[in-house]
Amino acid sequence: MSERELLAQDIKGALKRGLFGLSPIAESLVAAALGLIIGAIIMALSGFDPIVAYAALLKGGFASTYALATSAARATPLLLTGLTFAICVRAGMFNIGAEGQMYMGALAAVTLSYFVLPPGLYQIVGILFAMTAGALWSLIPALLRVFRGVSEVISTIMFNWISHFLAFYLIAKILVDPARSSQTVRVPVAARFPILIPRTDLSYALFAALAFAILIYVLLWHTPTGYEIRAAGLNPRAAKYGGIKSKRTMIMSFLLGGMSAGLAGAAMAMGTPPSYAVFAGLSQIANLGFNGMAVAMVGRNHPIGMIASALLFGGLAAGAREMQISAGVPVEMVGVVQGVIVIALAVPELLRIFRIFRKRWPRLFGRRAEV
Amino acid sequence: MSWSSLINILFIALHAMVPITLTAVGEIVGETAGLFNIGLEGMLLLSAFMGVIGAEHAGPIVGLLVGAGTGALVGLVFSIISTYWKGNQMITGIGINLFAAGAVAYSFVVLGRPGYRLLDAADRLPAIRTPSGGLSPIIFVAILVPFLVYWFLKRTRAGLILKAAGEAPEAADVAGINVNRMRLLATTFGGLLAGLAGAYMSISWVGSVTKGLSAGRGFISLAIVVFSGLNPILALVGGFIYGIFQSLAIWIKNTPGITFLPWQVFDMLPYIVTLLVVAGVIGRVRFPKALGTPYKRE
Repeated sequence: MSERELLAQDIKGALKRGLFGLSPIAESLVAAALGLIIGAIIMALSGFDPIVAYAALLKGGFASTYALATSAARATPLLLTGLTFAICVRAGMFNIGAEGQMYMGALAAVTLSYFVLPPGLYQIVGILFAMTAGALWSLIPALLRVFRGVSEVISTIMFNWISHFLAFYLIAKILVDPARSSQTVRVPVAARFPILIPRTDLSYALFAALAFAILIYVLLWHTPTGYEIRAAGLNPRAAKYGGIKSKRTMIMSFLLGGMSAGLAGAAMAMGTPPSYAVFAGLSQIANLGFNGMAVAMVGRNHPIGMIASALLFGGLAAGAREMQISAGVPVEMVGVVQGVIVIALAVPELLRIFRIFRKRWPRLFGRRAEV
Repeated sequence: MSWSSLINILFIALHAMVPITLTAVGEIVGETAGLFNIGLEGMLLLSAFMGVIGAEHAGPIVGLLVGAGTGALVGLVFSIISTYWKGNQMITGIGINLFAAGAVAYSFVVLGRPGYRLLDAADRLPAIRTPSGGLSPIIFVAILVPFLVYWFLKRTRAGLILKAAGEAPEAADVAGINVNRMRLLATTFGGLLAGLAGAYMSISWVGSVTKGLSAGRGFISLAIVVFSGLNPILALVGGFIYGIFQSLAIWIKNTPGITFLPWQVFDMLPYIVTLLVVAGVIGRVRFPKALGTPYKRE
């Protein structure tokens, strides 16, 4: 082999490595594409035009300042509930409890209206209330896991249901608005996050979410505590051998996750015009915790990647309304797409399967494969 | 508490037991072979919905079959991903739950009646009449199946092979057992039972399907599996305990005069009890060594 050929091979190899280096991102993109394709098939089967639908989705999610602002507003709580899941995955656990912890956070933020505080303190106190409530709600599953060995998957799900009915009770009986029985008291004006772009839902809650994501990134990747959490997640036995206290890292990651979910609740209660309250039936916050898990997975459980994926799912949620209005496709389609994306992401060999498929594709149509 | 209300509580408990027991027994078979399926909740919901569609077209028996088939199909997809494709079982399960919630909500809207589908009385599975009220025939299936599965797992060669696939997949592989195929069959069977449970809820028990019909029962079944320590007969007991508490909650809610606690507390009861039971038994329960990990040949 001549020197030139060797060089060419080197360059080819480097290019390939470059692509492989990006493989987490590529995997997320392939999964997202797969979700959209299967969504399109289901839409076509039920009599809708997928191209019209996706054009509307894109328009409603990303094509104007209003659309982008709405997407970012939808992305804000998803980023935070996603972090709940991601932090615990990094610590080697599956915390499905963001949903309930977020309810608790939102209701804790609403209680602000019973307090009289100096005007500047409301937002800080509201955030602290919500984060504390979320963290406390995640503490019991964490303790059950550490001291009784109860699977956190089961305990957090049971806690979601307990908090579901607890929230119903609190909204109906304790925190109810005397003027409107279908919702809680409203967060006082001084405690509301100011609106960032007029006539949209986008508030300064976005910055709170972004700041928390960056904080988690710094904590997990640039501090000894974060190193311990990630080490315990990657290889619990080696971490233990290395002197890392696994009980401590477990409880820590659960508390951080609870704080994040609580903050998501605060972002919803204190940053969603026009109600600034929690409705009976939890209509405006239900499922944000579950959908956050999809955000975490597509963002590869990395806070920075999740900012991008939260915007993607926020855009899907925002665009779904436009899709319903102009293409007639029910907004629930987005849930289908999201489910397929997550299932696709569970397959570690997705890219390999995709590549084999791509190689065989031209042959199917009678052309020679180039690769 | 009068005699008739006691019978009434027992009847509701038996009905509430069925979906938990069937789903848990199916999951026991899957976990024995080494697969952990958190997507049971989605399977219940999806098959409850498909069962109603089947029953509307061709009557309750077809509805039950369609529901069971839906569950088996989802179980098959789950097991292909988590055996041959070496996927992460937890994430696949979460994906199945998200997909089912989305797909059922979407189908409600597409079929014209958002959020709710009521079955005509003629399309519901007829109940067995007793002097104290109707009993669903599926109750007897749910009581029989755990014993059959117990016999299968403990007394047959196939049951032993299944156990080997979950305990020591390498050894099973060396012994000539196709580990992935065994796991695939086990989880597909588990999906079949979950599907039957889902269809039972909509076609036989409730007579309608809503987005919230499964109400966490898939997850409670997972908890009951932990309680049972992979013994199907204990899953029957666990399902019945759950049924009693569910039934008590319903009875208390419908009894005027009990106001010392808000009704929401009684709705929480089954979940709290499940959690306490799991926290109480854990430690004495041992699970298959290879549970939750895909088998890769070295």
